[in-house]
Amino acid sequence: MQKRVVFRSRLLPYLLVLPQIAITLIFFFWPAYQALESSFFIEDAFGFSRQWVAMQNYVELFEDPSYLRSFKTTLIFGVSVAVMAMSISLGLAVAANRVVKAATGYRTMLIWPYAVAPALAGVIWYFLMNPSLGIVAYWLKNVGVDWNHYLNGDQALLLVIVAAAWKQVSYNFLFFLAGLQSIPKSLIEAAAIDRAGPVRRFWTIVFPLLTPTTFFLLVVNLVYAFFDTFALVHATTEGGPVDATSILVFRVYNTGFIGQDYGSSAAQSVILMGLVIMMTFVQFRFVERKVQY
Amino acid sequence: MKLKSILSATTVLAMAATTAAADKAEVQFWHAMGGQLGEIVDKFAADYNGGSDSCQINAVYKGNYTENMTAAIAAFRAGEQPHIVQVFEVGTATMMAAGEKGAIYPVHELMADAGVDFDQSAYLPAVVSYYTDTDNKLLSMPFNSSTPVLWYNKTALDAAGVAVPTTWDEVEVAARALKESGVTKPFSFGWQSWSNIENYSAWHNLPVGSEENGFASLKTEFTFNNEAVVNHIQRIADMGEEGTFVYGGRRGDSRAQFVNGETALWINSSAYYGGFKKDITEFEFGQAMLPLDTAVADAPQNSIIGGATLWVLQGHESPEYACVADFFQFVSAAEQQAYWHQETGYVPITNAAYDLSQEQKFYESDPMTDTAIKQLSLNTPTPASKGVRFGNFVQVRDIINEELEAVWSGQKDAQTALDEAVARGNKLLRKFEAANK
Repeated sequence: MQKRVVFRSRLLPYLLVLPQIAITLIFFFWPAYQALESSFFIEDAFGFSRQWVAMQNYVELFEDPSYLRSFKTTLIFGVSVAVMAMSISLGLAVAANRVVKAATGYRTMLIWPYAVAPALAGVIWYFLMNPSLGIVAYWLKNVGVDWNHYLNGDQALLLVIVAAAWKQVSYNFLFFLAGLQSIPKSLIEAAAIDRAGPVRRFWTIVFPLLTPTTFFLLVVNLVYAFFDTFALVHATTEGGPVDATSILVFRVYNTGFIGQDYGSSAAQSVILMGLVIMMTFVQFRFVERKVQY
Repeated sequence: MKLKSILSATTVLAMAATTAAADKAEVQFWHAMGGQLGEIVDKFAADYNGGSDSCQINAVYKGNYTENMTAAIAAFRAGEQPHIVQVFEVGTATMMAAGEKGAIYPVHELMADAGVDFDQSAYLPAVVSYYTDTDNKLLSMPFNSSTPVLWYNKTALDAAGVAVPTTWDEVEVAARALKESGVTKPFSFGWQSWSNIENYSAWHNLPVGSEENGFASLKTEFTFNNEAVVNHIQRIADMGEEGTFVYGGRRGDSRAQFVNGETALWINSSAYYGGFKKDITEFEFGQAMLPLDTAVADAPQNSIIGGATLWVLQGHESPEYACVADFFQFVSAAEQQAYWHQETGYVPITNAAYDLSQEQKFYESDPMTDTAIKQLSLNTPTPASKGVRFGNFVQVRDIINEELEAVWSGQKDAQTALDEAVARGNKLLRKFEAANK
């Protein structure tokens, strides 16, 4: 038997959700529509004239092999950032959860990097890894690695992945820690009494109970990697060498804001939007089934 | 309580600021000069405001060149544009195209309308020619201009027993000798499209594109995949293979290599002088003219500039424009320009400022700092050496960066890469032509 609360007035429920709908329409649907519209035009920088070109902006993109390569780069980038950021932060959260002394101190320190802007995070790593100045590059040289991300595309991609992941670790840490603390102690203790070791306890009890958090973070991290990282790439590699670090969102930014080519930039953002919608759909449809709420 | 007093204090301050400026015409000046350069720009604005009864210049730093230009364009579209905006040389075609639609107040018109006696011939031809229309009328006010020079580490060259190279063949020989004497990355450069394609071409009087490097019309097409440039790029690639050239990134990223002594021959802007003077203490450095490719030309033509000019945007009141004209006169006066030149390494944009620097014996205390100006005024600029004016050029430079990086990393040979750069660049030129019909 289910208890149902029914509004007396028919209008009231609509009135109550109206602010939320208005916000969504103004701040999400309106800009998305504008992007869609602009993608069918070419326009001069100052906005004096625009011409209808139908699908030309899209056709040009898909004829450009460099743009097509970006899909692969973006996929590698996104998955690596999410996996790296989440696994490191899970490890840290588990460790921090066991600390008894000065726990708040540790936690504060681990949350700190979240306050750093993506562009700055990029610059920090850029200095650490600079082939001429960077301390990390210097260590690498001492162990025989010839580090020059200006020339080596794989190294450049690794650099932006590490920088982007580092930036996200704190955020994930916060959620994992909260998730860990909400796991009933009694379950873990019961397992311990049944002689399950810490590793076994983690994989059979803690990790499955964390899946809602993990799933949430997976979505958030992928969205972060796909959308939020252009400033980081712009501040470090500028998409190079060649196009090794030209992820899709960086191209949107570079074409629109640096190159003043609004039509192509809009077309790219529409494609990117479609991609992320698809990805999120897949996640909710297939990955969410494995989540144990 | 505390918050309240802070709030009221700010209100009072804000009111004081408005009343002080109320009887003065206010001019917004958006620029892209950070750090030491920004301090000098602020000083210029403050000095000017102090001496003017009717004008107030508000200099605002808006980020780097591209950010500043993007901000100004966005502001224009919203009807909130500044009076003056500093735009780098590659943005010239975009600004000019907007000028034809009435967004720009050309400097020659501004000066005439304000009744200022403006003598265009007082400026260096190589600087002015980059920013004039087809009737040789000045469109924007030159402010900070530089040109690439060959920076060298004298201590390292002496140790290797070689003289400063003057030709590209000598660069190869010197780089080899430097490598043997223990310099790890003997030769490098920054802003590669500017230094090794645009300036290499101008220096040897070769066009980069058709239609007078884009000055004559929007129909221009790139031609820098010619034999001379291909051979030049291939030469550098071969040096890379040999280990005597090491690529150090886009923009000025390879500066660190030169400053810490890993690189002893470095081609980049003369405007690095101010910073080098502060940062380099461990060795003696100097600057020389760009090397000559003796297979291409017997003597150098002239190099072209980089840097930025001040554009005036339409849509404000005429008393304010009178202030703009007056301020332009102020910043291009010999005293200001000589100070700017000596502090930063940018070229003095007028002959008077050059003469004043000579009078002040600047070139005796800081030898070779006139290399840039000598390079620029070596000969009367030709259609191939007065500059470049291509639409979407910011993106084209990115394409050139990408293709050259493919050469430096051995993925492509010079011919393939430059052919592709030209083909991709031409597409963007056509797009610009279509968007600015």
